[in-house]
Amino acid sequence: MSLLRPDLAVIAANVAPGSRVLDIGCGDGTLMQALRDDKRCDARGMELDPADVGLCVAKGLSVIQGDADRDLAFYPDRSVDYAILSQTLQTTMRPDLVLEQLLRIGRRAFVSFPNFAHWRVRLSLLWRGRMPVTRLLPIAWYETPNIHHLTVNDFRELVIRRGIAVEGAWFLSGDQQCSSAAANFRAEHAVFLLSRG
Amino acid sequence: MPNSPLLDATQVLNLAQPLPLDGGQSLPDGRIAYETHGRLNAARDNAILICHALTGDHHVVSHHPKTGKPGWWVRMVGPGKPIDTDRFFVICANVIGSCMGSTGPASLAADGQPWGMRFPVITVRDMVRGHVALLDALRIESLYAVVGGSMGGMQALSLASNFADRTRAALVIASTARHSAQNIAFHEVGRQAIMADPEWREGDYYAHGKGPEKGLSVARMAAHITYLSEAGLTEKFGRRLQDREEKTFGFDADFQIESYLRYQGLAFTDRFDANSYLYITRAMDYFDLAEEHGGLLANAFAGSKARYCLVSFDTDWLYPTADSRNVVHALNAAGLPVSFVELSAPYGHDSFLLDVPALDRVVEGFLGDGR
Repeated sequence: MSLLRPDLAVIAANVAPGSRVLDIGCGDGTLMQALRDDKRCDARGMELDPADVGLCVAKGLSVIQGDADRDLAFYPDRSVDYAILSQTLQTTMRPDLVLEQLLRIGRRAFVSFPNFAHWRVRLSLLWRGRMPVTRLLPIAWYETPNIHHLTVNDFRELVIRRGIAVEGAWFLSGDQQCSSAAANFRAEHAVFLLSRG
Repeated sequence: MPNSPLLDATQVLNLAQPLPLDGGQSLPDGRIAYETHGRLNAARDNAILICHALTGDHHVVSHHPKTGKPGWWVRMVGPGKPIDTDRFFVICANVIGSCMGSTGPASLAADGQPWGMRFPVITVRDMVRGHVALLDALRIESLYAVVGGSMGGMQALSLASNFADRTRAALVIASTARHSAQNIAFHEVGRQAIMADPEWREGDYYAHGKGPEKGLSVARMAAHITYLSEAGLTEKFGRRLQDREEKTFGFDADFQIESYLRYQGLAFTDRFDANSYLYITRAMDYFDLAEEHGGLLANAFAGSKARYCLVSFDTDWLYPTADSRNVVHALNAAGLPVSFVELSAPYGHDSFLLDVPALDRVVEGFLGDGR
């Protein structure tokens, strides 16, 4: 197994073997490849960057160049066991609508995102008064693809409002997990497993 | 040079049975001209069928016997190339209705006279029936992949849909599952140009030593514009004048683009039969894969187990990206493994034939299938 990014490792570890999976924003297909090779999953992907799509195709993966905001509508209801959106929610035009699409297409959805309330981000804003450029958010505000920054607590509130059930949650600081209680302050990444309940 | 592709590698299959056609007739004494490259393995499961475009032919690698030019896809097909003839047995067949060796309107009918307009109207599916007859003759039950650009992509889709057990993958480049009103409109301009030429003689021109060359040339000029992009034309020709300092205030080819199109039109008449142009454009206009399957494109793939890859080009306005996406959505709805990418290339529709390294990578990657 290739060394997965910590949030992807959490997802890979918690996908049931043999599942049908749609990885939205699949990048170069690292997670899909792990799911296919290690968990015998039928993994499909969607990716915006044509160069990444090309890399996926070369790995024998089925990936469609597409946009989470626009192209998820064409997938049939309940067509996969898991819809996965890793590090992509914050780049969409309407994260709330994308979330609804995930839970329409998949019986369950994994969503991972960087936590904008991590203490380093807070410090940067508090002391420097500048948009943070951190290890996890390495790109300056004017060129970042992240257009909808969110925090762990923001996401918790959204899923409650939308009546979405949280089946699991993992909070990561580097490759360490941290507690749910401290997550909004200490987690760099959050991974949620959601369902319609 | 071993296995020199310079030699005409054409082989001919004479069909033992009349070929049934969508129009209700059948085609007797059909011939399929084709060439092959690479070796068919013992399991007979490494064959790739390459389908050519409207005015293409089976000379995918070997030199064209009339123009002397290299095969039309040598950049893609050969030893170590994206469609690797060291690994795959590559077949390319001339479509029926054409004029490069397979039976078409210029071929002789049973009475010893050219078919002319007595040739039955054919469809893309009929062309594919010809290919399948060839696969039968070569004893290839299932292709590793069927590959095609433009009209070749239509054949690839038709084969994967209508003869689902005959291929395990389909690679469809710069193509569509149906001809749009705009596509039909451009073709009709071309056909009318041919039929308005008095030398066309209701298609019965073969004995006169001269065909509707002016009409065919105009048809090619109009079509050629649709294969290019506006940006490409501007970059290549702009408003530059042809071998002159000033406009002539006449109707010579003052502009380079005029001169270029006239040359393209004229050169085309040396290698292509006007009636074939009528029949093949008609077949393309009739192509609507959803219509063949109750109006729902996803149903066209209900029996398929193949994996698919579709590629479009951002400057292709003949078969734009939306056409490819339409197919992708149908394949998704049918639950089939499909990849799709829109590549950026400046050359418009013709990009699939030209130097686009990103296309090479996608073709090689898809056919390699992770191996």
